Amino acid sequence: MKKKFLSIINKISSFIVIFAILILWQILSATGIVPKFMLPSPVDVVMAFIGDFPLLMQHAATTLTEAFLGLMIGTLLGFAIAVIMDYYPIAYKSVYPLMVLTQTVPTVAIAPLLVLWMGYGLLPKVTLIVLTTFFPIAIGLLDGFHTVDPDSINLLKAMGANRLQVFTHIKLPSSLSHFFAGLKISVSYSVVAAVISEWLGGFYGLGVYMTRVRKSYSFDKMFAVIFFISLISLLLMLGVTLLKDAVMPWDRSKKTERKNQI
Amino acid sequence: MDKLIAKNITVSYEGANIIEDISIELNKGEIVCLLGVSGVGKTTLFNVISGLLNPDEGIVELDGRNITGKAGNVSYMLQKDMLMPYKTIIDNVSLPLVIRGEKKSKARDITAKYFQEFGLEGTEKKYPFQLSGGMRQRAALLRTYLFSDQVALLDEPFSALDSITKSVMHEWYLQVMKQIRLSTLLITHDIDEAIILSDRIYVMAGKPGRIKEEVIIDEPKPRDKDFKVSESFIKYKRHILSILM
Ligand SMILES: Nc1ncnc2c1ncn2[C@@H]1O[C@H](COP(=O)(O)OP(=O)(O)OP(=O)(O)O)[C@@H](O)[C@H]1O
Ligand SMILES: [Mg+2]
Repeated sequence: MKKKFLSIINKISSFIVIFAILILWQILSATGIVPKFMLPSPVDVVMAFIGDFPLLMQHAATTLTEAFLGLMIGTLLGFAIAVIMDYYPIAYKSVYPLMVLTQTVPTVAIAPLLVLWMGYGLLPKVTLIVLTTFFPIAIGLLDGFHTVDPDSINLLKAMGANRLQVFTHIKLPSSLSHFFAGLKISVSYSVVAAVISEWLGGFYGLGVYMTRVRKSYSFDKMFAVIFFISLISLLLMLGVTLLKDAVMPWDRSKKTERKNQI
Repeated sequence: MDKLIAKNITVSYEGANIIEDISIELNKGEIVCLLGVSGVGKTTLFNVISGLLNPDEGIVELDGRNITGKAGNVSYMLQKDMLMPYKTIIDNVSLPLVIRGEKKSKARDITAKYFQEFGLEGTEKKYPFQLSGGMRQRAALLRTYLFSDQVALLDEPFSALDSITKSVMHEWYLQVMKQIRLSTLLITHDIDEAIILSDRIYVMAGKPGRIKEEVIIDEPKPRDKDFKVSESFIKYKRHILSILM
């Protein structure tokens, strides 16, 4: 009984904290301790969100399209790179350090360049997203490929398996959890990269909306769109988790097994 | 198969011999044990016979055919059960058929017929982690058998099991062997297990590992429960201990 109560507390504890912060925030701005034009109250933010809802949805559609396209291409690219690097050790040795190096260049720094090269359309945005999303996927998969138990590869070789069979039966399935861990990161990156690329130019998208409300000092709308973007990221990450559970039933059943034991 | 022969096998790592001049043979329908302490080179010898490892010297022949360094001729059950956690039991077990080019559905159909005989019925759609150690071992054995119904190399197939489960598995194994007549080369460092299961025992010892002696267990099969506490069992055991110590 006590255990059950504790576990409920455990589950909702983070909600309690969030709720407390919201209350505190509401009090701070309603009483005027923090001036309203600088920090709109939670209620103001919600009102702004409702008021601009149709517009936000329209912009979100653009942003999500970009994010989706970029993520798809980035995932495929990351996958291809990982497979090639695994197949040709020489490619791994020569390209891997370079790949890591490119990731130290911040997204915000290359975005303006891309706009200069490719204009204000879809292309520079998708390119930026591809550049930021392929990396976690490639790294995740490579990690997975490299941590495969060599004995399981030996077993398949003893059965007379060729390299492709070793890949499809051992390497790929045992790297799936690594892949999904990478995908989870890439999904949230894709939204952020889309928004950043929209700041620098474009006609639609949440980033464009953000620039506009910033210019008009509408802090309530600013907050609304910030929360909206993180909500989208959260939902997408949840989607990845659901996808993972569907694709990897053995992993999920393992989890429930563990839970039942506790 | 009629005969598996390994002749004068020597393997070295970094200049030092691990096993030296080892010759063993396995005849049709036999169960032969390779007995020796940890690190003597039993697994290394199996890696050579299975074709995973090229020996420095010596050859491996199957029915007169040279199969040295060629994988895919004899089935090999590794020291760990090596069931893939992401495949259901039936897909794990039918893997050798799929590797050989069989369609997945056909491979499953062929495999399903053996589940009863191997005491695995009802586990087809389960994942390995849902099975007990004994069950997993049986699944791994069935997979080994499906790869080749001729000759199998088993590397400590029962060592991870508790002693009671082990005894049960020994009885079950001898039972199954009577029906399927799989020629088996089996590694163990359990002397009792070797005496109960084998027709012959190769005792390995030394550094580098060599075959010290070939002990023939001349007892009818399957051996009943009393054999384990019989006079002759103790005699075999004492003899093997005297070689090892
Ligand atoms: N790849 C390798 N490189 C160098 N040394 C190795 C390698 N593989 C095995 N050895 C060495 O060869 C020796 C024999 O190993 P092996 O695994 O064949 O022993 P084993 O008899 O199977 O032992 P166990 O009963 O513990 O499984 C060991 O001393 C080990 O350290
Ligand atoms: Mg070994």
